Amino acid sequence: MAAQLRVVRARIRAVQSIAKITRAQELIASSRIVRAQQRMRAAEPYSRQLTRAVEAVVSRSTTIHHPFTEEPEHPSRAAVLILTSDQGFAGAYNANALRESARLRQLLADRGLEPVLYVAGRKGIAWHRFRDLDMTATWSGFSVTPRYANAREITTTLLEAFTAEQDGVDEIHLVATDFISMLTQRPSARRLLPLQIEETEEPAPSGPLPAYEFEPSAEVVLDALLPQYVASRIYYAMLEAAASELASRRRAMKAATDNANDLIETLTREANNARQAEITQEISEIVGGANALAAASATSE
Amino acid sequence: MTLHVALVVPDRELWSGEASIVIAKTTEGDIGVLAGHSPVFGVLAEGSLVEIQSDQGTVRAAVGGGFLSVADDEVSVLAAQAELAEEVDTAQARERLDTALAEAGPGAEEPTEAKYARAQLRAAGQA
Repeated sequence: MAAQLRVVRARIRAVQSIAKITRAQELIASSRIVRAQQRMRAAEPYSRQLTRAVEAVVSRSTTIHHPFTEEPEHPSRAAVLILTSDQGFAGAYNANALRESARLRQLLADRGLEPVLYVAGRKGIAWHRFRDLDMTATWSGFSVTPRYANAREITTTLLEAFTAEQDGVDEIHLVATDFISMLTQRPSARRLLPLQIEETEEPAPSGPLPAYEFEPSAEVVLDALLPQYVASRIYYAMLEAAASELASRRRAMKAATDNANDLIETLTREANNARQAEITQEISEIVGGANALAAASATSE
Repeated sequence: MTLHVALVVPDRELWSGEASIVIAKTTEGDIGVLAGHSPVFGVLAEGSLVEIQSDQGTVRAAVGGGFLSVADDEVSVLAAQAELAEEVDTAQARERLDTALAEAGPGAEEPTEAKYARAQLRAAGQA
């Protein structure tokens, strides 16, 4: 009996320390997510203005011939950039993103394209390495606090592959997690290049586009604009992924803390039960012993 | 009539406010923008200065390259790298200029990094 009490108490202590850790992780994630959302908001003006500028250039010139907007006739290789986190403790965050990337790989394979993988985040790198999947380039160490320099580095690598004459890629896809709200984050796969130009009669969602005069010319502007546009898209996706990672972590750690607290409650009841049983047993042993003694002395008299 | 000016870099809005004139340098040459200017979208010269003049004074910034967009009295300077003159760390900028030049070697064309560092020094009034 005494042994069982000791075991239960040891388990309570273990669960308590786990709860402390998960609670701390939850608090860290909560405080960081505010910063991550601020960074997303701060990055918005640049990304919005660039998107508008691209819309303006593309809508103005009827005949654009730019490698970034042209569908290759026989695409053979497609780059897939996958954004994952550096640390675990984030619930299904990485699993969801990686499942989305597997789906995209299948989709590309069905179209007869060979996927070329670019992975950011330690968890994603480990996942691919474990499955013996070839990765062309990997980055890690900035999943929670991505900087524009990180996005530019990734963009440069991807664009080099895209513009390479030999062994290049014909398409660039991005798999990341969209931050919809604190409660909802959705993995998504989208194509970055070539740009899909949609012909619509509807006015642009950002209002009518100004009739810009381009200096020096629409082609030169587009040339300079598109790489920046891709970098800004990747940067924004990285910021969203960071916010999503933190939101997932906060939720996962809150669930873990709640579970640990429930478990502590159950175990405490168990421990009390065991203690009470022990006391009851001791009392009955004493009473039994006393009775036996009384009975013995009564017979001897 | 005033211009609404925003100087934005990828991770934040560096400066925004009202101004009477914006002077920038595109790859084609200097451009001055007053209220009522026709819509223009230009590519900024690498490592140039942007000057925003208003009643409250002049704001100077070094940009490492980017774009200038003018439409409906809204001026946006979009730059991958930019820094306001008063925030420039001159010692650091000079150091980066020297390393960039040393790496490029004599006679070679100045790399963007060097042009940007030079612009930072010019913005801070030390070049």
